[in-house]
Amino acid sequence: MKYIIGLIATLLVLISTSSFAGSVDTYQFSKPEYETRFHDLNKILRCPKCQNQNLADSNSMISQDLRKEVYRLMEEGRSDEQIIEFMVMRYGDFVLYKPKVDNVTYFLWYGPIGFGVLGLIILSIVVVRQRNKKANAGGEQEQSNEELSDKEQQALDNILNKNK
Amino acid sequence: MKRFVLFLPLIFFIGLGGFLYKGLFLNPKAMPSALEGKSVPEFRLLTVTKGDRVVTKADLTGDYYLLNVWATWCAACKAEHPYLLDIARSGVPIYGINYKDDIEAAAKWLSFYKDPYQFSAFDVNGQLGMDLGVYGAPETFLVDHKGIIRLRYAGVVDTNSWRVKFMPLIEEIKREMAEDKA
Repeated sequence: MKYIIGLIATLLVLISTSSFAGSVDTYQFSKPEYETRFHDLNKILRCPKCQNQNLADSNSMISQDLRKEVYRLMEEGRSDEQIIEFMVMRYGDFVLYKPKVDNVTYFLWYGPIGFGVLGLIILSIVVVRQRNKKANAGGEQEQSNEELSDKEQQALDNILNKNK
Repeated sequence: MKRFVLFLPLIFFIGLGGFLYKGLFLNPKAMPSALEGKSVPEFRLLTVTKGDRVVTKADLTGDYYLLNVWATWCAACKAEHPYLLDIARSGVPIYGINYKDDIEAAAKWLSFYKDPYQFSAFDVNGQLGMDLGVYGAPETFLVDHKGIIRLRYAGVVDTNSWRVKFMPLIEEIKREMAEDKA
């Protein structure tokens, strides 16, 4: 029994550590909060070489270098904004996974909301129109039920007389 | 009017279709360079071949010149090399940046394949490369008479890319130089 518990404990330790083995390089941070900032930055910065991976995911040479650079800048005491600025200066807006809001990306950011609003407007116009039509149509029918025009009355009389 | 409104979705669809169709043929690897229009960053590095000679930005001279990022581990650099020799022979100065390489292997490469470079700065930890926004090799920068980067070209320079990408800008730089003199 003891052995089994020991075995399970070992397995648990193995499983829990293996999930942290993704990134090869190890860094010693002078402040504990640097570590979380480091990982957060590596998640939002994009590897310039590999199209659709962030720095944390990628093992390409350039990503390793850039991670080292993020670490170095952070230990120098630079803020997140300064580090991001450093990367954008060199690699352009491409390195940002979350694009900045500017003239070029304005449509990207607000386009979907715009389309949603446009859709709601069109939908409400259609609904209101449909309702009005129905209301009008209903009214006409009632009217025609109540009274027949002279011609119609004549025609009706003719039919009724024929059947007599 | 009413008929026109009925056609609106079709017009919208054709517009969107055209936009997306064009997107199919864009090169996703074409990346706008952040450094075009900016000046060459400062550096202080040893050269690959000439012993312990230290080079800085001030050593980059010429009316216009190329900065070529290369390494012995980069297969495409080997493909590019003969064409660089041609360009150097035609009178355009080329400065090499030996990017994250082994200095002995690099020196051997230059003596074996011939050396098109005025000198090759030995950028062993890739610091200059990073300041230039380099993410691989080969990459080639065209710098004008004022030390401003006019073009960043990632990939192999060959007859076609030289004619299409570099030549028009070189003509432009020549024109600007003539205007500055006048």
